[in-house]
Amino acid sequence: MHGWTGSILTADLTTRTQGVLHPSEETLRLFPGGRALAGHLLRPRVGLPWDHPDMPVIFMAGPLTGTGAPCSGRCHVASRSPLTGAPGDASTGGNLGPALKSASWDGLVLTGASDALLGLEITSGGVRFVEAEALRGADTEAVFTALPGWDSLACVGPAAENGALSASIVVDRLQAAERCGLGLCLAAKGCKYLAVSGERPVSVADPNGLAAANRDILRLFNASPALRGPLGFHRFGTAALCDLTAARSMMPTDNFRHTRFEQAGGCNAPALAARLLPASAPCPSCPVGCVQRTGDGRLLPGFDVLSHFTALIRNPDPLLAVEAVNLCARLGLDPVSAAVSLAALAEITGRALGPERLLGLLEDTALGRGDGRLLGRGARRLAEELGKPDAAMTIKGLEIPACDPRGAYGLALAYAVSTRGACHQRALPLAHELLRKPVATDRFSFLGKARIIKLAEDQMAAADSLPACAPAFLAAGLEEYARAFTAVTGLSVAAGDLALAGERCVYQERLMLAELGFTAQDDDLPERFFREPGDQGEDFEAPPLDREEFLAARARYYRVRGLDDNGLPRRDTAEALGLAWTAS
Amino acid sequence: MDRILKSFAARLAAAGLAGPGDALFLGQDDAVACNEPGHPDRDVAEAALRALQASALACVRPAEPYRTILDFLLTRHPEIITPGDCETRLFLHDLPVARDFSAEAMTGALRRRKGVILPGPRLAAPGSVGPEQAFVTVSSMCFAAFVLFFEEYLDDLRHGRTTPEQREAFARAVSHLPGARADRPALARGPFQDAAQARRAMLEAGRATVAFGLVDSYFGNISCKLGGVVHISQTGSSLDELAGCIDACPLDGSSCAGLTASSELAAHAGIYAADPTAACILHGHPRFAVILSLDCDLPDCPDRGRCHLDCPRPRRAGGAPVVPGEVGTGPRGLCHTLPPALASERAAIVLGHGLFATGRTDFNEAFAHLADTENACREEYFRRVRDLGG
Repeated sequence: MHGWTGSILTADLTTRTQGVLHPSEETLRLFPGGRALAGHLLRPRVGLPWDHPDMPVIFMAGPLTGTGAPCSGRCHVASRSPLTGAPGDASTGGNLGPALKSASWDGLVLTGASDALLGLEITSGGVRFVEAEALRGADTEAVFTALPGWDSLACVGPAAENGALSASIVVDRLQAAERCGLGLCLAAKGCKYLAVSGERPVSVADPNGLAAANRDILRLFNASPALRGPLGFHRFGTAALCDLTAARSMMPTDNFRHTRFEQAGGCNAPALAARLLPASAPCPSCPVGCVQRTGDGRLLPGFDVLSHFTALIRNPDPLLAVEAVNLCARLGLDPVSAAVSLAALAEITGRALGPERLLGLLEDTALGRGDGRLLGRGARRLAEELGKPDAAMTIKGLEIPACDPRGAYGLALAYAVSTRGACHQRALPLAHELLRKPVATDRFSFLGKARIIKLAEDQMAAADSLPACAPAFLAAGLEEYARAFTAVTGLSVAAGDLALAGERCVYQERLMLAELGFTAQDDDLPERFFREPGDQGEDFEAPPLDREEFLAARARYYRVRGLDDNGLPRRDTAEALGLAWTAS
Repeated sequence: MDRILKSFAARLAAAGLAGPGDALFLGQDDAVACNEPGHPDRDVAEAALRALQASALACVRPAEPYRTILDFLLTRHPEIITPGDCETRLFLHDLPVARDFSAEAMTGALRRRKGVILPGPRLAAPGSVGPEQAFVTVSSMCFAAFVLFFEEYLDDLRHGRTTPEQREAFARAVSHLPGARADRPALARGPFQDAAQARRAMLEAGRATVAFGLVDSYFGNISCKLGGVVHISQTGSSLDELAGCIDACPLDGSSCAGLTASSELAAHAGIYAADPTAACILHGHPRFAVILSLDCDLPDCPDRGRCHLDCPRPRRAGGAPVVPGEVGTGPRGLCHTLPPALASERAAIVLGHGLFATGRTDFNEAFAHLADTENACREEYFRRVRDLGG
């Protein structure tokens, strides 16, 4: 077998035992890896409570991980989200995926729950369960300092240990599986960290073919203004996008009550770069390096985080955003969810978030103190408990990232139908609605967007299953990655085959959502977007979204996706995609 | 949807790529729309569109000379055509050929590649985000085939391997070429006083560049430097429709709002730095400049196949230097090779890609250099053909 190792490590933290799964070739054909394979393993148990011992927490690499294919150094994490109640998943960079592969594992499935805090040390020999009580309460930096020398280290911080629903899993200091509260899932298992090392290279069927495919992909990267242009991610990180959303009046400001932030120019990526002289910190096999850090090792906020820790909470000081994102990393807290929860609190209470209060509340969130207890429950529960549910800017319970949907209608639809909740990477609508790739579309129109979003969801699900990083698809496509996949695995696949695997992955998530009681009612946006306009742009207006048009576009999406009128899966579609109608 | 589909068919016609009624465009969100419901190719194209689940599909019978060119290329490359121009290397990779005109053949090829050549000859291309994508691919395929055909003819003449069929196809294709234009548009005079004036001049120069056939509308780019700001066309914008598609990029790098700027922003900035007298830049893809840049008479060159990356020989075509370089900012990017060439010249050709020209006060000078260089390349091409007995 090339590309895959053929083995998935299982570890039961209750019994401290381990095992190995060997997915069949047919399973790997249907669910190549990453998000798709993790979903396949999650589905039979997705109906369990998120903190049930039998609820798995799954870490899944993919066939391209560790091969050197551009941007393939990813690992997908999945479980049931404590924040949303839906299947939750997140992709992380860093070396976790490649390290798992070099330790001869395609992935890792954790079940059970330990009363004592444990660390898992993973090598090609399997897993060693290590007492970690000494690290209880430690922030992530302390864990990284205490455990040097591993190829990759993933851990949770105090936020997870204290029950914050948006706790993250921090990986190799600078990366994280941030969204959906997966850090809390790991903490519920009694797991503080995963340490991974290995030394086996991934077997590639056709190294020359892979080199040729990589050249095609890199050529497209080099031609991409967003990835490697003089103003692109390679130089400024994803925070380069902030100027674009500001110029398009799409920068969520004041908890989405406005879409323009007067001080945006002073908070942008070049302003930070001028003051902090950052350098990119690329993941393995990444020629872009969209994560930036300062000379003294501090993480610089990416697009969503810089925007939300400035405009969303009306903070004009970008250095405070840097402090906030680094504090979130130490505490093991999803910074997007944290910022949106803070913005909701600020709106409801009418109290501004000054620097000391902001950092103090982040710490309280992680430690479960004072208002932090409420903030740690996420924006939706916070707003409900304070009697102002409309102030929660969430979709399916997941806090909305840093693009306002009144400025891009494909984005609005993508947000609403995303299977994990608010996310602009599930269908990457910013590619065509803002960045003009592969061609520009009219951002103020729903025309054609139902199918565009469906096709893009399929593409990005395929990308998450190879895996390949989302920004790569601002330049390359499945056509180029199919050649890499073919060269790595020796299996001849075309772009269309990968797109079909992506479609299967999304439908599998739809099946899980339906099994958990989610319906069309959940594929919706906060009322604010239909009621209040965004701020006027230089030569355009951003009116409230037209509800009838939105619902019509969503109905078209359901038809294109092969769902019924209520957004629920249809048996004929599921079976045509090779998916079991009922989980077993 | 119908209106949009018709507009792209009209654009192909305006570009001389397909005659009226020969460009079939289909689009679908949750239902299929078509610009020519009675078109004989509709059933096959719609079946392919449905199988691909694409947002759009173009199925085009190209106009002359592309019809003649493709007919000949299909006899020589019956399974796959691999042109050497930049657009193909970057986006298309190669042009697969289907043996029969059927939905299955079309679908099979388009599941792997962005475009396919079918019997007829026909060109088919899908779009995942709408018909514009299909339009761009068809335009690129026509350009790539044109360049390959004329480049191969010259190379075959040089090596004494032309066939009667090839010579006949060449003569027929040449008979369909529009004549070279010696006239020049009267563009706005500089220096420009403000951004609004500069942008109006860019719109006008862009339209003229397309009208004179010096670029297909979706390719090329244009910029104007005013103070410390470069105003530049956005990536993927049409040079003949630049309204609302120009980014202002401060040269001090204080804003990333130009993230949507052309992929050649770095090259433009480099040119302005290399030649402080340059006030504007016009970049087109005139065909004969591209063809001549690819023509090499060096036998057994060790760099053959890599010349677009780092051809070591100083060369000129149509009076302009020819430099290697790929699109964008990679280590072999034209942002490294082009600025030095334009430090002391008003026009330079990027091998297999296109022509860049500068003006000191306005676009009149840049346009003249672009058009004059292309005309000189065209004359030179046919002189070489004649000298080789073609």
